[in-house]
Amino acid sequence: MQDLMNAFALFSNFVLVPAIAYGSQLALGALGVTLVFGILRFSNFAHGDTMAFGTMITILITWWFQSLGLSLGPLPTALLALPFAIVLCAVFVLLTDRVVYKFYREKKAEPVIYLIASVGVMFVTNGIVRFIIGPDDQNFADGERFIIKAREFKQMTGLSEGISIKVSQGLTVVTMIVVVAALFWFLNKTRTGKSMRAYSDNEDLALLSGISPDKVVAVTWIIAAALATIAGTLYGLDKSFKPFTYFQLLLPIFASAIVGGLGNPLGAIAGAFVIAFSEILVTYAYKRFAGYLLPEDWTSGGLLQLLSTDYKFAVSFIILLLVLLFRPTGIFKGTGV
Amino acid sequence: MSYLIGENMTGGYGGADILHDCTIAAEKGEIAVIVGPNGAGKSTAMKAVFGMLDIHTGRVMLDGEDITKLSPQDRVAKGMAFVPQTRNVFPSMSVEENLEMGAFLRRDDINSTMEQVFELFPILKDKRKQNAGELSGGQRQQVAVGRALMTQPKLLMLDEPTAGVSPIVMDELFDRIIEVARIGISVLMVEQNARQALNIADKGYVLVQGRNRYTDTGQALLNDPEVRKSFLGG
Amino acid sequence: MSSALKNVLLFSIMAALIVVVGQFQSWNLSLTILNLCLISAIMSLGVNIQWGYAGLFNVGVMGFAAMGGLAAMLISVSPVPEAWQAGGVGVIVGLFILIATVLAAMFSYRKMAKSPVRTLLIVAIGVIGYFILRSVVDPATTAIEKVNPASTGYLGGLGLPIILAWPVGGLFAGAVAWLVGKITLGLRTDYLAIATLGISEIIVAVLKHEDWLTRGVKNVSGLPRPVPYEINLQQSDWFLSLAQRLGADPITFSSIFVKLCYASLFAVVLLIILYLSEKALRSPWGRMMRAIRDNEVSANAMGKDIKARHLQVFVLGSIVVGIAGAMLTTLDGQLTPSSYQPLRFTFLIWVMVIVGGSGNNWGAVLGGFVIWFFWIEAEPIGLWLMDTLTSGMDAESPLRAHLIESAAHMRLMTMGVILLLALRFSPRGLIPEKVSHH
Repeated sequence: MQDLMNAFALFSNFVLVPAIAYGSQLALGALGVTLVFGILRFSNFAHGDTMAFGTMITILITWWFQSLGLSLGPLPTALLALPFAIVLCAVFVLLTDRVVYKFYREKKAEPVIYLIASVGVMFVTNGIVRFIIGPDDQNFADGERFIIKAREFKQMTGLSEGISIKVSQGLTVVTMIVVVAALFWFLNKTRTGKSMRAYSDNEDLALLSGISPDKVVAVTWIIAAALATIAGTLYGLDKSFKPFTYFQLLLPIFASAIVGGLGNPLGAIAGAFVIAFSEILVTYAYKRFAGYLLPEDWTSGGLLQLLSTDYKFAVSFIILLLVLLFRPTGIFKGTGV
Repeated sequence: MSYLIGENMTGGYGGADILHDCTIAAEKGEIAVIVGPNGAGKSTAMKAVFGMLDIHTGRVMLDGEDITKLSPQDRVAKGMAFVPQTRNVFPSMSVEENLEMGAFLRRDDINSTMEQVFELFPILKDKRKQNAGELSGGQRQQVAVGRALMTQPKLLMLDEPTAGVSPIVMDELFDRIIEVARIGISVLMVEQNARQALNIADKGYVLVQGRNRYTDTGQALLNDPEVRKSFLGG
Repeated sequence: MSSALKNVLLFSIMAALIVVVGQFQSWNLSLTILNLCLISAIMSLGVNIQWGYAGLFNVGVMGFAAMGGLAAMLISVSPVPEAWQAGGVGVIVGLFILIATVLAAMFSYRKMAKSPVRTLLIVAIGVIGYFILRSVVDPATTAIEKVNPASTGYLGGLGLPIILAWPVGGLFAGAVAWLVGKITLGLRTDYLAIATLGISEIIVAVLKHEDWLTRGVKNVSGLPRPVPYEINLQQSDWFLSLAQRLGADPITFSSIFVKLCYASLFAVVLLIILYLSEKALRSPWGRMMRAIRDNEVSANAMGKDIKARHLQVFVLGSIVVGIAGAMLTTLDGQLTPSSYQPLRFTFLIWVMVIVGGSGNNWGAVLGGFVIWFFWIEAEPIGLWLMDTLTSGMDAESPLRAHLIESAAHMRLMTMGVILLLALRFSPRGLIPEKVSHH
């Protein structure tokens, strides 16, 4: 029994808690991608770098606040900087829409042209981020580090395995729930939110109903920028901020959105958790876990790791391919086939 | 002068002209029906009236005002409503939300209009929380017409509203359209089922190759042996 | 014909630029640029086949180039007998298990009706196959990596002439393209783009981490060359007398001579591929491809054939990219997995195609030359620009230091801006596609 509890604690500490936090971060990112896809009908390759841009602004403002001595006590100062960063990131994203995408929208360009344009925006954004803050790791987390420390948990329960929950992880999950609730309230209850859904459902009929495409598009970009900034900041607080990592996040984020059905917000969230859990379950080394559950001599060889963490992106990719092979509209039905 | 009139319209979708000197009109509270063989330009004529294609001669007048240069959206604001033939609902939104979106431009209280629509189409009231995409073909058409009525239009335009629905549903839908006209809304409708449509029409237009061939009251056209022979199958 | 004149002029300007660099910087640098221009032109031709002919958006050019690089290494280096002894059997058995698993999965995909049971079965076959594979391969690779890790620690290659690797690199890249294309073509363009992005990241991850195959980040250097070595040239009489007759310093001349040898090899490959591409473009096949791209034939009229055509063109384009990738590694003389970066290998090639003229082979070639030239020359220009712009600032100013230090990142931005500008203001490129009315 003790062994079983220990195994569960171990599993929670290294799989459950990190996967829930990572899944929440992916969900926020995938929601942005799926919203832009639903309204503007292209996969925005710049989304990862939008996340990096928003996070960079958060970091810069955080540093400034820290230098002024502002803080939120046990919570990271970045939380205080976040609203300002969202506004600035939204301004930047609206600017890219005005300078880049608007032209193609008016010309009714093919979706693939938007894709290429978004790759261009991705590199410009990436360049700006590296130019301003550099390509290196930045750590900007402050305040308390843990909600529960492994040692405290052990003392509390008397188990030999501890569960630690970082502030950033708790914050991620709480923020994700609040943001998703707000987003769904907005989409389902407000006039503007409903007009966005209408536009995504049937663009021509939305125009006939007098819904202004410019407004819908602008609101979509603002929400996407907000989601990207929040997702990026939470990811950065939880791990660390490095521009290239955010570019690499693009693959799991796209995979989440596609697995859930492109254009479907609920699907994006479900997809994100599918991807996050698969990635962590597959790359976790089960040696110690198995040690609690199996007889000693069964577990002698190897780490019992299905896949090295070097290949964690392969997990998203394989799930993506499986979904495209067997159910191209995603688990929940999306608009994109 | 007619409430709505598209006079001497000539034009097409950029390529060769589809309409040639075509005239369509609708009176207040009356039903006007456009019929004709496939490819006669029936839908094109209606889209020209609604401003969805460019006409290079002729004009469109609504209540005495020249609206030839207005965009479809602006025409909606002037009191015209259009129900496309296909893709005419928001499939992943509930019936109620579909109706709300119809009234998007209105800032006043829309509840009474919605009640009117529910009176006209009682089934929609029962299904108000259901997604439009999950309804049957006939019910979807009702949602589509209901959505258009939410703007409180003075003119309702329907592009083949009975395409793909069963004869019973068609009769039911035509009954509703007569009721709509009774409230004082002009109806302009393109129909494939010429006989039934002319039956309820105050005015009928028979188009052939983008030109007016016969124009008369619905009854007169039904009784015209020429029309019967060529367009109504004897 | 004025457009032909314009094209000749454009290529002449390009040639002149290379000569200018030769005269004013050095001929060594100029030839280095030329060689990479030639390879870039081939890669850009490959992407142009996919994008220009068929409208397919490949965001994984890097991965296909890396497959070529892998081929160059596997074909040319000598095998490591000790490593083969340590784990060769395991690896080969593993290969057979892999093939058996794939065949079993494909068999059930073909023979069973579409159902959740089939999906589950295929996943199960994959998972079981994977476990068996790992249990056989893991001990083998560990043993291989233990064999003299400082200098080998990998299986080595076949020890064949490296030129052979060029077509083989094409085949490697083509095989990967077939797999990705088979799954994603026929769906939205977005899916192909995302899948190619994913596969290229994974290919590079494999090159970086599978030490038994590629030595990973320890690199495989000293790949044999298809051309003479400088040191041998400097010792041969005919070369010395040639240098003397030209009045050149033998040491400088030997490195220029080697680069010229590479340049001629590359030029031959470029001309062959260009000739074939042009011929294909003008054939009924090419006309059909463009007709499909421009929606001139409706999908209904073509039926399922469109997907098959797209797969064909996607594989062909990737083969060309793979060949170029193998040539690049040949020129470098080493396989450096960490050098594969999306900016350099995917994005830059796209800028070449868009700027050069999508759909036009000559445009793609010119784009390859122009963009590579400026890619190389942009760094000194950017540095100089930043230095000049900030010269008014205090020499100790941290802002100035930051700006100068960050000049390198300007490349990313500059290339992004060039792509966006070209896409918007000159979407048909320097040498536009000839619009044929048929």
